[in-house]
Amino acid sequence: MKKIIIALLFLALPGLSLATGGEGYPLEKAPIDPHDKASLQRGAKLFVNYCMGCHSLEHQRYNRMARDIGLTEQQVQDNLIFTGAKVGETMKNAMPKADAKQWFGVTPPDLSVIARARGVDYLYTYLLTFYQDPTRPFGVNNAAFPNAGMPHVLWELQGMPRPVYAVHKDAEGKEAKILKGVEITQPGSMSPTEFKGAITDVVNFLAYVGEPAKLERQRLGVWVLLFLGLLFVVFYLLKKEYWKDVH
Amino acid sequence: MANTQGTTGLLGWIDERFPLTKMMREHLTEYYAPKNFNFWYFFGSLAILVLVNQILTGIWLTMSYKPAAADAFASVEYIMRDVNWGWLIRYLHSTGASAFFVVVYLHMFRALLYGSYKKPRELIWIFGVVIFLALMAEAFMGYLLPWGQMSYWGAQVIINLFSAIPVIGPDLSVWIRGDFVVSDATLNRFFSLHVIALPLVLVGLVVAHILALHEVGSNNPDGIEIKKLKDDKGRPLDGIPFHPYYTVKDLVGVAAFLIFFAAIVFFMPEMGGYFLEHPNFDPADPMKTPPHIAPVWYFTPFYAMLRAVPSFAGTQVWGVLVMGAAIVILFFLPWLDRSLVKSIRYRGLLFKLALLAFVVSFLILGYLGALPTTPERTSLAQICTFIYFAFFFVLPILPWFEKTKPVPERVTWK
Repeated sequence: MKKIIIALLFLALPGLSLATGGEGYPLEKAPIDPHDKASLQRGAKLFVNYCMGCHSLEHQRYNRMARDIGLTEQQVQDNLIFTGAKVGETMKNAMPKADAKQWFGVTPPDLSVIARARGVDYLYTYLLTFYQDPTRPFGVNNAAFPNAGMPHVLWELQGMPRPVYAVHKDAEGKEAKILKGVEITQPGSMSPTEFKGAITDVVNFLAYVGEPAKLERQRLGVWVLLFLGLLFVVFYLLKKEYWKDVH
Repeated sequence: MANTQGTTGLLGWIDERFPLTKMMREHLTEYYAPKNFNFWYFFGSLAILVLVNQILTGIWLTMSYKPAAADAFASVEYIMRDVNWGWLIRYLHSTGASAFFVVVYLHMFRALLYGSYKKPRELIWIFGVVIFLALMAEAFMGYLLPWGQMSYWGAQVIINLFSAIPVIGPDLSVWIRGDFVVSDATLNRFFSLHVIALPLVLVGLVVAHILALHEVGSNNPDGIEIKKLKDDKGRPLDGIPFHPYYTVKDLVGVAAFLIFFAAIVFFMPEMGGYFLEHPNFDPADPMKTPPHIAPVWYFTPFYAMLRAVPSFAGTQVWGVLVMGAAIVILFFLPWLDRSLVKSIRYRGLLFKLALLAFVVSFLILGYLGALPTTPERTSLAQICTFIYFAFFFVLPILPWFEKTKPVPERVTWK
């Protein structure tokens, strides 16, 4: 029993170092708009082109996506499906999980509900703060997720940012370098503003995928609340009528 | 053909064979409830409403949920996406779980306010505490089913508590899990207990709770027995038939409750990570311990007590015992509170202060239980745990010092 626990603890170690990431670095608010269908469509395009090689959306069906973001099934079939999948299937990829673990140290996670697990602000900050770090296997590190296993997939669009450090003195006068942000010295094919817009689109898309029924839920909720408000008034008047003779 | 109920036709035919009209009269149309129920008296009927909601949505969730480690997480997402109205059914159920505890905690607080646990209502209170216990077990097992990271590690932490029990502990925890770690076997048996065993127990207990209540009659905000003063037909002077008076009044409460409930279901089903915890959208991974494991909000007061107690004599069992004692002591409340005055309206300042300290310490514990520990927080949790228990030990001696007010003969409208 003890051996099992110890073995489990050791197995958990690499996971722990990954899981503790994401704390400390201030998150930037993601300016997403779930009603902006053009943004969702651009996000879907970026996702299938840049992310889906490694990250699946196992719970998201292509045709559901088509309907929800304002595309026809034919458009999705022609432009967004690269795997030969049928339009009614979910958005899986071809990468074998075991191989992926060998290549990246960790299997790239399925991103169906990543926006709900991490929050959109985290995703937004994460995707904007890759920076050059020759000590890492892929030559990049990340401010929001230190020592992330993911390469900077979008470097051609963004350029390769450099880290900006601030020097802090602690109580004992020791100096410590703290990562303040990243700066782009050599822009890629997109300007910094365009790149931020592209990341906003991807995050917007992932937020949609996290809960496809969200807009329907909110739309319906307004009517439900209006109905319940009316019901409350009716019940209240009914109660008053019945209780007239109670003194 | 007439019968003892004086009904004829189809109803008469039934009444000769089944006590339909008799039960309707005993429990609704001729069950006399005090006329001065206030806000706090809505939560009993609301608890039944939420129970029905949980059972109905649970039946439909079970139609699409798969209780297997390999499929559970995906089947929940399948419900959220591919099942017609699945998202609504799931949110009604997940929000209902939290709502259940909200109404039950308020219902229990009402009992504390007006001394509803006192003679002759001790059994009502005891059934109620057993319902609370069963509800905690039901919620705990249900929380494992989505098979997210918090489901998994929360269950791991809580089941490990049992292994702190001397001698039998380790074997006991393996017996509960059906494995050395939380696994497919654990998920499958928790599913069975969550959808069959505990709901049966809960419904049975609720029936017993209500039967016991209707046997002795309801307490009221003045804490006086309305059965003492009756008119010439034997009806309590301050009583009104439950139906239609309280059925229509409870409908107002139901509509008000549903407004809050629907606002959460439709606009903030995660409730900022308190009703649906964010890490639970990561599938369970036995190889990856989350940095911070927090139970859902309704368990946090007890979790804070557990963590507040240091290990002693080489064992952690003391925290587990304290946490258990925090529930067990509730059973003794009817005999610990020796004041003859039931309602807080006529009790002295000392009781009011004691109850305030008790409630505040419970709320602080709930807050602390959701946070990672620091030495300061642990000290605060220890103080609050002390106050929680002190309340029960102060109650028996309070009447010696407490100056109560005279209790009126008839109920009042305050």
